[in-house]
Amino acid sequence: MKTIALDHVKIARDSKRPTSLDYIHAIFPDFFELHGDRLYADDAAIVGGVATLAGQPVTIIGIEKGKSIKERNRRNFGAPHPEGYRKALRLMRQADKFHRPIITFIDTSGAYCGIGAEERGQGEAIAQNLVEMMGLSVPIIAILIGEGGSGGALALGVANRVWMLEHAIYSVISPEGCASILWKDAAKANVAADSLKLTAADALSHGFIDKIIPEKDLGSRVFYKDLEKLLRQELVQLAAVDDPAAARYARFRAFGRDAIKEQV
Amino acid sequence: MAFLNFRRRPDNALESGGRKKYAAAAEEVSCPNCHRTYKRAELALAARCCPNCGHHFSMTARERVDLICDKASFAPLFETLVSADPLDFPYYQDKLAKARAASGENEAVICGTASIGGADCALFIMEGKFMMGSMSAAVGERLTRLFEYATAHRLPVVGYTVSGGARMQEGLYSLMQMAKVSGAVARHSAAGLFYLPILTSPTTGGVTASFAMEGDIILAEPGAIVGFAGARVIEQTTRKSLPKGFQTAEFLLAHGFVDAIVPRAEQRITLARLLSLHAERTHS
Repeated sequence: MKTIALDHVKIARDSKRPTSLDYIHAIFPDFFELHGDRLYADDAAIVGGVATLAGQPVTIIGIEKGKSIKERNRRNFGAPHPEGYRKALRLMRQADKFHRPIITFIDTSGAYCGIGAEERGQGEAIAQNLVEMMGLSVPIIAILIGEGGSGGALALGVANRVWMLEHAIYSVISPEGCASILWKDAAKANVAADSLKLTAADALSHGFIDKIIPEKDLGSRVFYKDLEKLLRQELVQLAAVDDPAAARYARFRAFGRDAIKEQV
Repeated sequence: MAFLNFRRRPDNALESGGRKKYAAAAEEVSCPNCHRTYKRAELALAARCCPNCGHHFSMTARERVDLICDKASFAPLFETLVSADPLDFPYYQDKLAKARAASGENEAVICGTASIGGADCALFIMEGKFMMGSMSAAVGERLTRLFEYATAHRLPVVGYTVSGGARMQEGLYSLMQMAKVSGAVARHSAAGLFYLPILTSPTTGGVTASFAMEGDIILAEPGAIVGFAGARVIEQTTRKSLPKGFQTAEFLLAHGFVDAIVPRAEQRITLARLLSLHAERTHS
């Protein structure tokens, strides 16, 4: 039995992979971090701030899993609370006001499932991001660098361009969760991983993403240099887009056209 | 030993044996909250609310149409759009066939136009008996078209949600519907139009994290379970026992996430009132 998809899942979750802050520090040396949602708290699972790319101001937002055990705990293993999404929304509104393009780095197993998260409206926070991201007048690029876990990933993924690392995954549910719900057997995760079509190659072939970033030199200077160049080129192209919000709507409006049929 | 039976006179038909028991059980429903037993017809007359304690039983989409719409005003839209099983997912076709048989619907939402207390609106009602009201690409497309239709015709949208969330058999196609429908809601809202979701039990996952929470005014049915993550998942993740009333409509009201809880008997008049309050006015 082939388990290629599940191998991708394991690689995507590898704690030795570069995290959002690795990308941010390598590509945006002048990054200035901004904290807090102005409502309740500062969620360390999401980092955000301002920087420049080839002289152009940009807003950067990333889901950060952390490195050491201590830091991973502090950052809740990259599982954001509502205040994380609300911080992201605050920074995106700010970007809109100052006409700065937005670049997001996505790496999460999903939005946090906890009592406090429900009390403070996890669903409402994600919903608000989806609605408002659709209407932002600045271009948005989203890069899935590891795990793209369901609504918690999509809440930073309503972008004009969506890229995935070669071994990143993007899925509506974890393969383990899917297997235990459908077949009452988490051990069937390999079947679920194959069936869910969660690899970067699958996402590209179904048109959900635009580009796959090769991982040959993952984490090296060359790797970040190449990615920086891609981002610069893409921002130039996106600057020519007349109405980024309309383009974003058209992009997402088309998703699912090949998944429905007229009943005969 | 039939002569001993006089000692055990059954209290009601449910406890007696044989065919009678079977027939009676099919006719009777017991309330999960107060355990009273009612005739099915009696419950239907009470809008499927327990006449004793007010517990709201689940309702089909068509029953809700009859409950809230003006007589014969519901005109369905987009009812031929169905799932094409885009990922060729194991056993999905079987599940779709079973869901069709169990619900009498061909997808997990019905859409259309209707009038409620004389006010015209676009209306969607999700169907919990169709794969837990899960969101497929066809559900997302129907809802998106409904919001687009409402925007073009300058109509408010009223929507009943009931959903287990995304339909995992459609993978990313399902996930992307959250963004797609949200985009259509955003455009409807930007046009100055009114959107009124009513959350019913259960509303969870990707539906809570998108159009259920995007209303101008959000109503909920008494006792409805509404949340993002499932209670069992939260218990397993946090290894804590959940507070009493967690994720109920009353919990959401207390935490500021719904505007009001409206019992079924008052929904029709409440919807009519809110629709008339938001009727379009020409500025003089």
